[in-house]
Amino acid sequence: MFAFIVRRITQAIFVMLIISLIGFAIKNKIGDPVRDLVGERVTPAERAEIRDRLGLNDPFAKQYVRFLKNAAHGDLGLSFFYKKPALEVILSKAPATMELVLGAGLIIMLVSLPLGVYTALRPRSFLSRFTMGFSTLGVSMPVFLTAIMLIYIFGVQLHWLPSYGRGETVDLFGNGWWQSGFFTLDGLKHLILPCVSLASITLPLFIRLIRSEMMEVLESEYIKFAWAKGLPPMRIWMVHAFKNTLLPVVTVFGVQIGIMFAFTILTETVFQWQGMGYMFLEAVERSDISLLITYLIVVGSLFVIVNTVVDILYGLINPTVRIAGRK
Amino acid sequence: MKNSIKRFKESYLFYSFKRDKTAMASFVILVIFLLLSLAAPLISPYNPYDAKTTDLMNAEIPPAFMAEGTSEFLLGTDNMGRDLLSTMFYGLRISVLIGLGAVFLQATIGIMVGLTAGYMGGKVDAVLMRIADIQFSFPYLMVAIFISAIFQLMFGIGSFEQLSVPLLVVIIGLAEWPVYARTIRASVMGEKNKEYVEAARVIGLSRPVIMFRHVLPNTLTSVMVISTIQVANAVMSEAALSFLGLGMPVTMPSLGSLIKSGFEYIFSGVWWITIFPGIFLILFVLVINLLGDWLRDVLNPKLYKG
Amino acid sequence: MSHLLEVQDLKVKFALRFGDLTAIDGISFTLDKGERLGIVGESGAGKSVTGFAIINLLSKPGFIAEGKVLFNGKDISTLPGREMRRLRGNRISMIFQDPMMTLNPVFTIGTQMVETLKAHRNITTREAEKIALEKLRKVHIPSPEKRLDQYPHEFSGGMRQRIIIAISLLNDPAIIIADEPTTALDVTIQAEIMDLLQELCQEEEMGLILITHDLGVVSQVTEKIAVMYAGKIIETGDTQTVVNSPSHPYTQGLIKSLPGALKTGERLYQIPGMMPNLTAIPPGCAFNPRCHLKEEICVKDLPLLKRTEKGIMAACHMI
Repeated sequence: MFAFIVRRITQAIFVMLIISLIGFAIKNKIGDPVRDLVGERVTPAERAEIRDRLGLNDPFAKQYVRFLKNAAHGDLGLSFFYKKPALEVILSKAPATMELVLGAGLIIMLVSLPLGVYTALRPRSFLSRFTMGFSTLGVSMPVFLTAIMLIYIFGVQLHWLPSYGRGETVDLFGNGWWQSGFFTLDGLKHLILPCVSLASITLPLFIRLIRSEMMEVLESEYIKFAWAKGLPPMRIWMVHAFKNTLLPVVTVFGVQIGIMFAFTILTETVFQWQGMGYMFLEAVERSDISLLITYLIVVGSLFVIVNTVVDILYGLINPTVRIAGRK
Repeated sequence: MKNSIKRFKESYLFYSFKRDKTAMASFVILVIFLLLSLAAPLISPYNPYDAKTTDLMNAEIPPAFMAEGTSEFLLGTDNMGRDLLSTMFYGLRISVLIGLGAVFLQATIGIMVGLTAGYMGGKVDAVLMRIADIQFSFPYLMVAIFISAIFQLMFGIGSFEQLSVPLLVVIIGLAEWPVYARTIRASVMGEKNKEYVEAARVIGLSRPVIMFRHVLPNTLTSVMVISTIQVANAVMSEAALSFLGLGMPVTMPSLGSLIKSGFEYIFSGVWWITIFPGIFLILFVLVINLLGDWLRDVLNPKLYKG
Repeated sequence: MSHLLEVQDLKVKFALRFGDLTAIDGISFTLDKGERLGIVGESGAGKSVTGFAIINLLSKPGFIAEGKVLFNGKDISTLPGREMRRLRGNRISMIFQDPMMTLNPVFTIGTQMVETLKAHRNITTREAEKIALEKLRKVHIPSPEKRLDQYPHEFSGGMRQRIIIAISLLNDPAIIIADEPTTALDVTIQAEIMDLLQELCQEEEMGLILITHDLGVVSQVTEKIAVMYAGKIIETGDTQTVVNSPSHPYTQGLIKSLPGALKTGERLYQIPGMMPNLTAIPPGCAFNPRCHLKEEICVKDLPLLKRTEKGIMAACHMI
């Protein structure tokens, strides 16, 4: 087990090195640190002088090592637009994105668990057929269209919910970093549509996953034995079957959280949500390379960490599960 | 030829197709979509790429069935005064073109990598599959967004827009090849120890011949199933990229860029520029997904026996 | 006096797309208090289905089409779900084939025992645990106090089957149905489990229905036997009589194929052919294609169970 964890972590570090190498290569190729530092109004002579001073004429490998050293100290370069360290800019945008992902995750859990279980227990009922049909439609629906339709229906036509921005927020830690929308009515209202759209991407997948896992468990011998013991149906379904269903679902949920981060780029664009994804697109428009690369590295690392943790957790849980005779 | 048609008619595939109404309906709609995209220049009332026929004075005319609509523009016009229906046909054409192109590229890269890895085994396999696994652990859309952002910065907006179709094919192709590589490798691993491969090796056929002539055809079932789903994914990716402004330019819009340009006007009640292409896109992706589901169910040997 | 359990003309069918498939075709038998009955047959003969039909737990497309299952004189085959649930695991317990799959992997032994008690009685967890310990002791689980907090994967197959037997004993049932309880276990452990079952039944005067394909086990453990073939009972009676002098050619074949009677180097006897698929049961006697006594009547008429001079019942035209 220990060997497995070490191997998995080594692998994670290796992947992070590759990401940083890609990031650095791009930055080196198309970035312009001189512009990041002093803007565009400098003479060619001054530019050359600054380039030399920054070590931009050194060999690639040497520059990469320097880049890694700086990155280890949290220095990933300056954002050209914000005139601030890129990492700082991204971290300041992170809370907004995390609230979005958190809200969407909550919605997914609250909706997919009951629906997945229900469709497994009553596969032939009208609601089950409707849910399964809807989930096929959901898979085929691009998230930005879901978002636009939600805006059109609930924002433009019905005027029930605001269609952009974060609304009234509360300063969580008193230092202005984490502005939360979870604690005011207005903030919550602003959260609903973006979170629902973000949730809609993986919701069909989760309903299907929970349904198929649950159906498989319901066919198992130990469930049949539970019936033979004369247990009440609710205990068999909600305790015996449910707990066994949950194990694989939790691991997939871990990975999907990472995927949701990727999709925030689309949701944040539609809802003008001032998070990391929105910032990323702005950075593309402004050719803010350092910020772009920092985003790549931050989100990439986030992914690697989530995947590694989930893998290790699964590795820890799995042996017992396998010995216990799950197929 | 006649013989193979007969064989197809008697096949299990065709039999279950005839029995499945959803699959048949999806297939018919898909064929209509493909015909529309192929024949777009012939059937479109206007040519949306021709600046001479468009008039900004005509911008944002509602669809014909609404009070302010005119019969001239069946589904109304977009923000640039182009006939929406024609623009949608041309947009569909671009979406289909990029979707198919990207899947072709993905499949080519993926099959090469998967075959090589699965058949060679050892170090080659380890290295190739590690690369595929690493990329696979990132969501393909994120990879696609990154690549196109970088491409856009490298080429500059101007040349990116000129080259957008081939560039998007490359971007989406590069973003999703691991799906193929992994599946192909898995089936090669399953096939490679079977007796017919052994026999081919014994009679002295060379590795590439065995790989392409003997192993590859036996993995085609899985390729077929993934390909349908992948076309749907590629079309969705293209739409997402275009919506973000990292794909097709508004002058030569795909369905995604049409939706993007319409989104800016939706708050003023101009819904049709977004909704019609949106429905078009959803329907297109939906029928491909439904066909893919059906194909997977039919070709899945486990279900086939039951 | 009524029997403890009386199965009357039971028919079980499976509703399939192309029509109903008859898995059990009109079987009848009785079980008295403390009696041990063995149901024997090849796989697919309908033994397990019989067991599940008694407690009305047939898997999905299966259903009881005709017949009665009388428990203490009352038909339980038509009981509503809630009332049937009161009997299961309480008055009638069932032990399954594979102990590795029967216990829920994510709950402790204690939880799985206590819940069974609580489902049928109004008792506290503490009281339930006391009963659980007592039953674990009864099935010879060493140091039972430690076991309640352990998970199934911490036990071997034989131990798990003991625990499952302990679970089935929790509510002091009148009948235990054991469906191939030792098939998945090592030979040495098989004997232990069988001895345990026999011992418990004698001690507690429980009725036992032992479903198995192993004639040897049946002759050791049971008093009464029913041999099933293609969904019907073709021979039934006192175990020793049937095993020592079988009447039906199928039973004769089964007993001849036991390795016990052979000398070293002799080939095992095999009944020619296979049991027919339930979708294609031949007309007349279902065994006729494999029977060496086959005559014209066997293909035409269905033989009914009739008493032989040895005092047992057999369904064969040739007797």
